[in-house]
Amino acid sequence: MTASIQLRRAPEVQYLLRIADTNLILAQRLAEWCGHAPVLEEDIALANMALDLVGQSRALLTRAGELEGRGHDEDHLAFLRDERDYFNATLVELPRGDFAFTVLRNLFIATWSKLLWEKLLNSSDAEVAAIAGKAVKEVRYHQQHAADWVVRLADGTPESRRRVDAALDDAWRYTNELFGTDAVDEHAHTSGIGPRWANLQAPWLAEITAVFDEAGLALPKASGYQGTGTRGVHSEHMGRILTEMQHLQRSFPGGVW
Amino acid sequence: MSTVQNEWPLWEVFVRSKAGLDHKHCGSLHAADAKMAIQMGRDVYTRRQEGVSVWVVRSDQIVASDPGDKAMYFDPAEDKVYRHPTFYELPKSLDHM
Amino acid sequence: MYTQAMDTIGKDEAPKALRSAEEAQLQERFDARIDAGDFIEAKDWMPEHYRKTLVRQISQHAHSEIVGMLPEGNWISRAPTLKRKAILLAKVQDEGGHGLYLYAAAETLGASRDQLFDALHTGKAKYSSIFNYPTLSWADMGTIGWLVDGAAIMNQVPICRCSYAPYARAMIRICREESFHQRQGFEALLTMMTHGTEAQKAMVQDAVNRWWWPSIMMFGPPDDESPNSAQSMRWGIKRVSNDELRQKFIDATVDQAKLLGVSLPDPDLKWNEARQSHDFGTIDWSEFKRVLAGDGPCNKERLAARVKAWDDGAWVREAAMAHANKQAMKEAA
Repeated sequence: MTASIQLRRAPEVQYLLRIADTNLILAQRLAEWCGHAPVLEEDIALANMALDLVGQSRALLTRAGELEGRGHDEDHLAFLRDERDYFNATLVELPRGDFAFTVLRNLFIATWSKLLWEKLLNSSDAEVAAIAGKAVKEVRYHQQHAADWVVRLADGTPESRRRVDAALDDAWRYTNELFGTDAVDEHAHTSGIGPRWANLQAPWLAEITAVFDEAGLALPKASGYQGTGTRGVHSEHMGRILTEMQHLQRSFPGGVW
Repeated sequence: MSTVQNEWPLWEVFVRSKAGLDHKHCGSLHAADAKMAIQMGRDVYTRRQEGVSVWVVRSDQIVASDPGDKAMYFDPAEDKVYRHPTFYELPKSLDHM
Repeated sequence: MYTQAMDTIGKDEAPKALRSAEEAQLQERFDARIDAGDFIEAKDWMPEHYRKTLVRQISQHAHSEIVGMLPEGNWISRAPTLKRKAILLAKVQDEGGHGLYLYAAAETLGASRDQLFDALHTGKAKYSSIFNYPTLSWADMGTIGWLVDGAAIMNQVPICRCSYAPYARAMIRICREESFHQRQGFEALLTMMTHGTEAQKAMVQDAVNRWWWPSIMMFGPPDDESPNSAQSMRWGIKRVSNDELRQKFIDATVDQAKLLGVSLPDPDLKWNEARQSHDFGTIDWSEFKRVLAGDGPCNKERLAARVKAWDDGAWVREAAMAHANKQAMKEAA
């Protein structure tokens, strides 16, 4: 069995891992739709998105590993960390649910991600800024795709509306975590590597409201719940995701793939 | 089982792979509306950076010339790009076809 | 991608007697075009039998692509590195795309995609039996790329010259995209066999042992048991015989296996100097027939997964149509 790597939790490393892990885990969930989507065209679209997110994750993990300075590459970080050293937002761990849940979650994350990547274009870290250059184009498309679907489903049939309402009910409380604030975040702002996540909230709400208006949806009441995935304390789903994801690396010590 | 009538309409996709070139017909796909058709056209037909521009047209909006074979049994001339069943409005008594 | 030579002409579809002199003339002209190597397009006159054969062949090819997404999709979440995860995602996505191109080609002949799905879901239409085998290890991914895609490519390339142009064009597109599938599979195996641990090498050999025979069955029954191949050949739908393709594949693959350092599970496989080809052992055609008829390891699960995806997705498709109709009415107002 391959043991976990020991991560150096420097704030800039953790800040980048929050973004990388969020993309990686969401990609993991989106890939589950392969061969099971409502139409073949959506199998392709969701796989496309997953591929983009894996790409963004790889680039960021590589950069985080360089900043960490312990010789960890993208795969060491992706496959050999202990659960407490993953820093994705809890929202992306949740099961893929039905198509309404998937597109709604995609809308929340893609909108947030787009605002984040737009700010990261001006990162004090040149590598991160370069990654942002490509990522921004990708997530703009993800957001558009998700927004169009949320509108279609919210304003489709009574059943699709019911499912969107249910999805919103489930997902909304997890969005708070996307705008959390702490020392890691503060450090990113001071060093210029990236924006405070809290600064993204107002523009995010504005964009979501615009989509919801078109969809005929109302913003739910604010929830007091704050997810803690970004601090390494996850939901019950994370363990299972990692078990699957890490299995081969753990069971073939020294394996070359 | 959905009937043919409930199916998402068929769209033809045309892609211009590089500025200066023509749009070329790539194939078709099913989409519920134009926005979806464009996105899908991009997803399906430009996966390998093969496009700078995508056009989509509902297949039943395309007017096609008669291939020139004079004896065309049952096929309307100068119309309908191909034989997709939803293109042809049959009398109700033949709805099961 | 996952073509398999199948007996695509149903027993109930013997060509009917020609209706009229005019039709006889059309038939003659059609035959002349085929003989001259001309392409037939969607709106050209064609014998009903030709049209039906193509709908069946193209749609079964399409079904194979999308069912093929399942055994491979099975391993995306468990891919051992991010690079391999990305490659597998891209491959499975390509397969979905190939299915789509093929359904589009079949639709030019008058079938609707929904009708074709219905045929698949109710068991009336077949798909390549190779996908009724389980993918049990990561090495299966590389092995499928090497052997299954390899066999498929060999089946496919001749179809790029199929007389029915929409199918030929779809195949050209597919073949162009396909080149990376076999290469990445072989490369994944080569990496493990060259630099990997003993456990990884054992995993590779085990996968090859399971996939070899099903892969060579992909070329379909022997020529003397494929009576309908002749008609397909005459129509320019089929260009090369089953046995010829199978032999070509085996000859190419034996050398590749040597390069990898794996053995192929056929004790009768040996070079025949006189034929300048490899002799090989007897294929178990009863297994092939069984699996094709629905009695393989994964037939039920594969079909159930496709039916479930379709049924579960019904509300989504309906909602999208409902929304589009509402928008259309708003615009008309």
